[in-house]
Amino acid sequence: MVTTFVFVVAAAVLLVAALIAVLKNNLVHAAMGLVVSLFGTAVLFVLLEAYFLAVAQVVIYVGAIAILIVFSIMLTRRVGAQWGNQTNPTWPFALLAAGVLTVLFALMVRGWNPDQALPAAEAVPGDVTARLGAALVNPGGYVVPFEVASVLLLAALIGAVYVAWGGRKAEKSTQR
Amino acid sequence: MSALNTAMLLALLPELLVLALMGVVLVADLAGWVQGRKLGWLTVVGLAVVLAVSLSVAMPNAAGAAVWGNTLRHDALSFVFRMLFLLAAGLTIFFSMDLPGLGDRGAFYLLLLASVLGMMLMAMANDLIMLFLAMETATIPLYVLAGFFTGRRDSVEAGFKYLLFGALASGVMLYGLSLLYGFSGGAVEFEAVARGLSETAAPRWAVLAALMVVLAGFAFKVAAVPFHFWAPDVYQGAPTPIAAFLSTASKAAGFALLVRVALVAFPGGTMPWWGAALAAMAAATMTLGNLLALTQTDLKRLLAYSSIGHAGYILMGVVAATKLGLTAVVFYLLVYLLTNLAAFGVVTVLERNTGSPAVAHLAGLYKRSPWLTLATLAAFLSLAGVPPFAGFVAKVWVFMAAVEAKLEWLAVVAVLNSIVGIYYYLVVLKVAYEYDPPADAQPLQVSRPVVWALAALAVFVVVAGVAFGPWFGWGQWAAMALFP
Repeated sequence: MVTTFVFVVAAAVLLVAALIAVLKNNLVHAAMGLVVSLFGTAVLFVLLEAYFLAVAQVVIYVGAIAILIVFSIMLTRRVGAQWGNQTNPTWPFALLAAGVLTVLFALMVRGWNPDQALPAAEAVPGDVTARLGAALVNPGGYVVPFEVASVLLLAALIGAVYVAWGGRKAEKSTQR
Repeated sequence: MSALNTAMLLALLPELLVLALMGVVLVADLAGWVQGRKLGWLTVVGLAVVLAVSLSVAMPNAAGAAVWGNTLRHDALSFVFRMLFLLAAGLTIFFSMDLPGLGDRGAFYLLLLASVLGMMLMAMANDLIMLFLAMETATIPLYVLAGFFTGRRDSVEAGFKYLLFGALASGVMLYGLSLLYGFSGGAVEFEAVARGLSETAAPRWAVLAALMVVLAGFAFKVAAVPFHFWAPDVYQGAPTPIAAFLSTASKAAGFALLVRVALVAFPGGTMPWWGAALAAMAAATMTLGNLLALTQTDLKRLLAYSSIGHAGYILMGVVAATKLGLTAVVFYLLVYLLTNLAAFGVVTVLERNTGSPAVAHLAGLYKRSPWLTLATLAAFLSLAGVPPFAGFVAKVWVFMAAVEAKLEWLAVVAVLNSIVGIYYYLVVLKVAYEYDPPADAQPLQVSRPVVWALAALAVFVVVAGVAFGPWFGWGQWAAMALFP
């Protein structure tokens, strides 16, 4: 009962904050909306008993990434100025498409009670976080996806550095 | 915790070597030991070494095995595709090496290698997590590469457009994957997903809808209708060798993953309408691609629409879902990859010399550079599917696969489309052979690496068309991974 109440409140806050993030014309307000919606996600993780993910969500997304976004907005733009609409004139069609999809999905899963169909989640013995950590470095577990993620980040970093700095040198002599 | 063993390391050897090569290029570039286009030679030699070492020690047996905790599959299918990606990357570098602003930058080689690494893992992926990560690793470097000329408006637009479409497609696909994970009772491995979905109490239609959402991600990757919009704009604005890489290796990687998902996770007949949806997509893709190509006056846009058309032909083999179908898909991708690289190689030369890739600039090419025109002839006739060239054999096999799988209507649509295709490929050749060159025309300047690459590709297109046995054998070997 309490869980349901917390879920409804957290989900409502999350949705409203997400709407603020995509609708507000002021980028700082939008970033704040993003922070709140990420926090709402962390609450959902707690409800799912994924405590490690909840903490990681707060530390990484709410803590580091959101601050980075706010700083980069404040350092590169005039704060408080209007930057034009976030939406373009086709937004009613996008809303319509999303609405139709939602209704379709709702109709499809109607009458399906996942609680009956799925076996109850087994209680995981031992320290969940330790097991999670072990799975990420176990050759028989998820070590390859874990390491591939770091290659992906390296590539993204190189790309970002190129876009930010490397391109400036290129401008002088660029022709195909 | 299970221990590391040699078999696991051997299975992942090509990827580990590419990663090592990335490290070497990164250090050599940052420390300034190797500069400019010499980095290109370093990367090409590195890729050749990776290819040679992999072919000599890391060959799997056809059926292969799941390795690294079942996250990857090291089998004939993944191996053939991985070698193809290495080859495509090497050829792309040959075309880019002498382009200022592209071939003289370390970032280009590093991003290309990262993307190739992602594609190789896409070919091997055996679970939903690996599928998504590999796809992102392959695609994110390509966003930057498409917008690599940061001083040029069209290139930046191409990169940005690709990023927006790509991010949306990955988001939608990830949503579908999470639904499949839920419906299958928490399975991530493809076989387990197939088992879970066959036992699930979830409504069939909901599962099918989730599947369609995942399919959207694949359709974006291979540029199939209705997720093809990005292709012409991105190809047009991106540096030409990158457009070549996008239309060949990136498309092949999408198909490598799609065949595994379609045949292992959702084997024929388990899901109502799944095969029909793919068939409809194939028909729409080839028809729209070929019809829109008719009106193009820009070679890069023409090749973009033609590559959409070819995605439709290849999808036919996936729809067939038979051993012959899979063989035809692998063989078609091999031929298409090398032929289209040759076509884009010609565009690179044309653009470098005349400043734009308009078809009209080909006028009188025969009188200016007869050998280059001969390579153009081989590439375009092969794309059109004219007999002595490899493209013809590839088309015949996918058509046969469709007929064998009782999809005669699809084969008829494909044959009609091929006729449309012949028209616009021949128009290009007509301009090159029949029209008069401008009065001040000089022979086109072609750099050494491009000459070698184009010569090798043109020879391949002819040889593989006449003696297709060995190459088709590779396709058959790859198909044995899923159809023993």
